[in-house]
Amino acid sequence: MFVRLSKRKTLAVALAFAGAAAQAEAPGRVVSMNLCTDQLAMLLAAPGQLLSVSHLATDPRGSAMAEQAAGYPVNHGLAEEIYLMQPDLVIAGTFSSRATVDMLRRLDIPVTVVDPAYSLEDVRDRLSQIGGALGQDDAAARMIDDFDTRLAGLRAVSGKRPRAALYYANGYTSGDRTLAGQILLAAGFENAAVEAGYASGGLLPLEVLATLDPDAVITGRRYPGASRSEEIMDHPVVQSLREGRGAGAITDRDWVCGTPFVLRAIEDLGRLRADMLDG
Amino acid sequence: MKRLTLILAAGVVALFLVALTLGPADIGFAESLQALVGGDAGPLTLVMREIRLPRALLAVIIGGSLGLAGAAMQGYLRNPLAEPGLIGISGSAALGAVISIQTGLAASFVLALPFAALAGAVVGVVLIMVLAGPRGSSLTLILAGIAISALAAALTSLVLNLSPNPFAANEIVFWMMGSLADRSLTHVWIALPFMLAGWLMLLSLGRGLDALTLGEDAAGALGISLSRTRLILIFGTAALVGSATAVAGAIGFVGLVVPHILRPLVGARPSRLLPASALGGANMVLAADIAVRLILPDKDLKLGVVTALVGAPLFLHLIYKTRRHLA
Repeated sequence: MFVRLSKRKTLAVALAFAGAAAQAEAPGRVVSMNLCTDQLAMLLAAPGQLLSVSHLATDPRGSAMAEQAAGYPVNHGLAEEIYLMQPDLVIAGTFSSRATVDMLRRLDIPVTVVDPAYSLEDVRDRLSQIGGALGQDDAAARMIDDFDTRLAGLRAVSGKRPRAALYYANGYTSGDRTLAGQILLAAGFENAAVEAGYASGGLLPLEVLATLDPDAVITGRRYPGASRSEEIMDHPVVQSLREGRGAGAITDRDWVCGTPFVLRAIEDLGRLRADMLDG
Repeated sequence: MKRLTLILAAGVVALFLVALTLGPADIGFAESLQALVGGDAGPLTLVMREIRLPRALLAVIIGGSLGLAGAAMQGYLRNPLAEPGLIGISGSAALGAVISIQTGLAASFVLALPFAALAGAVVGVVLIMVLAGPRGSSLTLILAGIAISALAAALTSLVLNLSPNPFAANEIVFWMMGSLADRSLTHVWIALPFMLAGWLMLLSLGRGLDALTLGEDAAGALGISLSRTRLILIFGTAALVGSATAVAGAIGFVGLVVPHILRPLVGARPSRLLPASALGGANMVLAADIAVRLILPDKDLKLGVVTALVGAPLFLHLIYKTRRHLA
């Protein structure tokens, strides 16, 4: 009895040491300043490890984790406020302000810059990159396994592939070389814009959209307040293309970032496809 | 005179046909006209009737309105530099339109948008009239115009930047430079009533403006009521510039270039210059809208860029010519 207890104690001490060693490697005060890295960091960080997320993460229109983000202090991507949080790691996006990133590096704060995801494969890479930066490799590996399993299940669709076009404010579209385009493909659609040569997306003239005559037009979610840019969704041509063909399909917060939430977007779109093929 | 009218009208018809058959969708000339006139429920008819036809129609009525408004302003102020865009009337109209869109007024009823733009334009015209009335010099007119333009542009930017909509701020360019891309027949219908009223009002001013060339006293002796002429001019110009700006943004220099070119051809008589400038304006905006589609087919190059490239050098030339009066 005594011996067993002593063995347990030894084990506990050894574990505590191992834990301390891991703690020394893993940063303990992490600040994220990009909407997409915010969400990946919130998914992977240990409790207390993540200090702050960007203010965009709390906006439910663009952030799939707005509720969780509400529990963190927010930053606005400014070097001054981030420095005062005394982080030992800052996670930024490629499109974060260069001036801010350079300034933080001059102040001797390590900054990890994460590229945006352009494909579903990229989602796995970003998970493991941020997992590595946070010292949470195991959590990242588990999440990637889970992602792969669910994605394989979603991809196993057969049958007709309806042609859909993504159409956003100002007439922008996304082609196959974008995350949104990959979501569309994974859900069992063909991207109609690619036929017209818009593989990476861009400004798709309304005339070209009309001549493509896609089976579904998937538009962006409307923002509050009015704008001329979004008025294009009300154009008679877009209205007549949407009539009875997957009308109401929109890209929402699950589409914005390369996080496991894209699986939810694929699921939603898969239901739309099933409805279209039934109807 | 008759010949000039015929030539200008033929130009409008020819450019209208070119505008109809030009676009990013690859459709042949005969095929596109057939889809427009014959028509089925197919995508070609959709493109022709809902995209290209409204665009070409808007170019005609907006160009006509801007040309006419410019000729009328210049006739009344007896100053070749008086152009609605340059002296801040288009800018004021854009401000009215932007306020109505951002407050939600524009969504409340169909004609709210052109009404708001008209209200903005009225404010702009009245300010110009007060600051640089018939007896004001060119210098006063231009300076007052610069001030009104700057104020309207600043307020437009402010309203758009305050909008919770992330796209709104980028639309400053549209309101300053104007575009006819992706408009629909709805835009034709909301602009047309105001334009019809404006055309009737300004074309009726011909005799009065002719008399005014002899001076205000002579015009008064000929039975022309100055205050009545001024009132019709204010509301006619505001109706035309307001409705044009509401649907297509501020397109500058049309009212400057067209009357300037046509004035010597009509013997400098305002009553003849008014209808000729309307036809000339339609020609110019149709041609400019064809140019933006030829220069950058896939991008929405703003119409005002082309009209300014043509108009601004002419404006400088006019300033150079009249610099003695300016000093």
